Amino acid sequence: MRNTFSEALYDEACKNPKVCIVVADISPAGSMAKFGKEFPDRFVNVGVAEQSMIGICAGLALKGHQPFAYTIATFSLYRPFEMVRDDLCYQNLPVTVVGMGAGVIYASLGGTHHSQEDITIAGALPNMQIIAPCDPQECTDATRWCAQQRIGPVYLRIGKSGEPTLTKGAEPWQFGKLRYLRRGSDVCILTYGVVTKMAVEVADALQEQGKSVSLVSTHTLKPLDRAGIIAALKGHKQVIVIEETAPLGGLGAQTKQIAWDIKADCRLDTFSLKDAFVDNNGTWEDLLDAHGLSVPKILAGTA
Amino acid sequence: MHNNCPTPDIDAARKRCKAYRRRILEVSQQVPALHIGGAFSSVELVDSIYNELMRRRPGENSPDTFVLSKGHGCMIQFVVLESLGILKKQDLDDYSTARGQLGVHPDFGNPGIEASTGALGHGLSMVVGMALANRINNNDGIVYTVLSDGEVQEGSTWEATLMATSLRLGNVVAFIDYNQMVSIGPIVDLHPHFYPLVEKFAAFGWECVEIDGHDTQAICDTVRNRRGDRPLMIVARTVKGKGVSYMENVPMWHYRSPNKAELAQAMQELE
Repeated sequence: MRNTFSEALYDEACKNPKVCIVVADISPAGSMAKFGKEFPDRFVNVGVAEQSMIGICAGLALKGHQPFAYTIATFSLYRPFEMVRDDLCYQNLPVTVVGMGAGVIYASLGGTHHSQEDITIAGALPNMQIIAPCDPQECTDATRWCAQQRIGPVYLRIGKSGEPTLTKGAEPWQFGKLRYLRRGSDVCILTYGVVTKMAVEVADALQEQGKSVSLVSTHTLKPLDRAGIIAALKGHKQVIVIEETAPLGGLGAQTKQIAWDIKADCRLDTFSLKDAFVDNNGTWEDLLDAHGLSVPKILAGTA
Repeated sequence: MHNNCPTPDIDAARKRCKAYRRRILEVSQQVPALHIGGAFSSVELVDSIYNELMRRRPGENSPDTFVLSKGHGCMIQFVVLESLGILKKQDLDDYSTARGQLGVHPDFGNPGIEASTGALGHGLSMVVGMALANRINNNDGIVYTVLSDGEVQEGSTWEATLMATSLRLGNVVAFIDYNQMVSIGPIVDLHPHFYPLVEKFAAFGWECVEIDGHDTQAICDTVRNRRGDRPLMIVARTVKGKGVSYMENVPMWHYRSPNKAELAQAMQELE
């Protein structure tokens, strides 16, 4: 995903001289290196100084630019949090804060490199928009949209590398709208981000059981497609939310809130990380499994 | 360094600065608190920036920009903007009320306000971004800012200090309102090694000069004579509460507004 992000951003920068990027201690490779070489004034590496990364983006945006702040999620959102809140959200500037390797993708690097509360935290900020693409192609679409929008700040939650393509042949990506990757009538799986690949396996297993399954990339977490969620709750017997995020304020919690508001009568099961730090080591899958996120555990929990 | 700052009319500047202080005291009667001390220490700095240094006036597409990083001192910015016609008398009359648009810190979107400040340590990074934007856009605008010496304690200020020279931003002119006080008293009581400041900024690659921050001539001369190949930091020695004897260097006036008797005395001293 980070490669397609860089490629899409480079393309946008070629088209629009206002697009710039401020990174914090990221070794530029691939398209990022090309960006830095071809547009040296519009590529800034602040080093290990993330507060200035956000403040500089704000200053650029105040002068009409379209900046991206880019580093590992915990260092782009948490470390400079007051700058994100005051400089970007309070001033409502069109700056995209990219949380690369968000969630617990950094696995054995430990809790200091995880950001499982990012959706909750970014979602609490007025004016902030949140996008979490599910695969490299969706990351391209989202990046292009971020480079062109003038609404306000965006938190763009992306993975790292090696994510599979999941959206081939799917309906077009549209900001703020649920995107059906499959359409069925019995079960609807709402998910977003890198964990979508696990949701695909869950959907496959449910289909093998003879169920008709919808699979939805809920890529825009804020503003949430409330009408789309309502339609999903009304149009299926069972809705399952799968997310690699802390439970408070996540998609599961918000879907339950909407379900209460409309007195939905479908079954609703939500799966997220626990409200706890991930203190085991291993692969990304090992970490998720320790918090109850695995295909067998989700199937058992929804049977 | 080329600069179109003409020789300032010192008498006119003194008159303006007295009038600004008197106007701030007038507004102080509408609210219980408005950071008089830190506004009074910045009067000559902010006056010089708007009235002597910036080319043309903001709101008229000046190529130059001013960000008051020490947002709590914004009463001086508001009264200067009022004198320039960018803010209206009604804006000041409605200061900090439900019907007004001006609060106790500057908000982006209000006339003449280029960035929201108030939380300390944010201004200099935004200034660096603005100065970088000017360079990208081939705009020769200078970005001016005034920091408090209190906010030089913020780590974020030092991140921006480092970035300004790494990016070789010769279009940044910054002042530290060096009144040596934070809200509770002298900084040196908290941090015995906070000073000297000139050597610290020079070590980060800035051109750094210490002057009397109430001396309009020195302010203008220092900016006019700067090197211009690197950012300039002017450590401007000031007195918190400058101009009213009982306020000078008294921490209480960081925040309090004078009562009627105190106001009368202050107005007399500023005649």
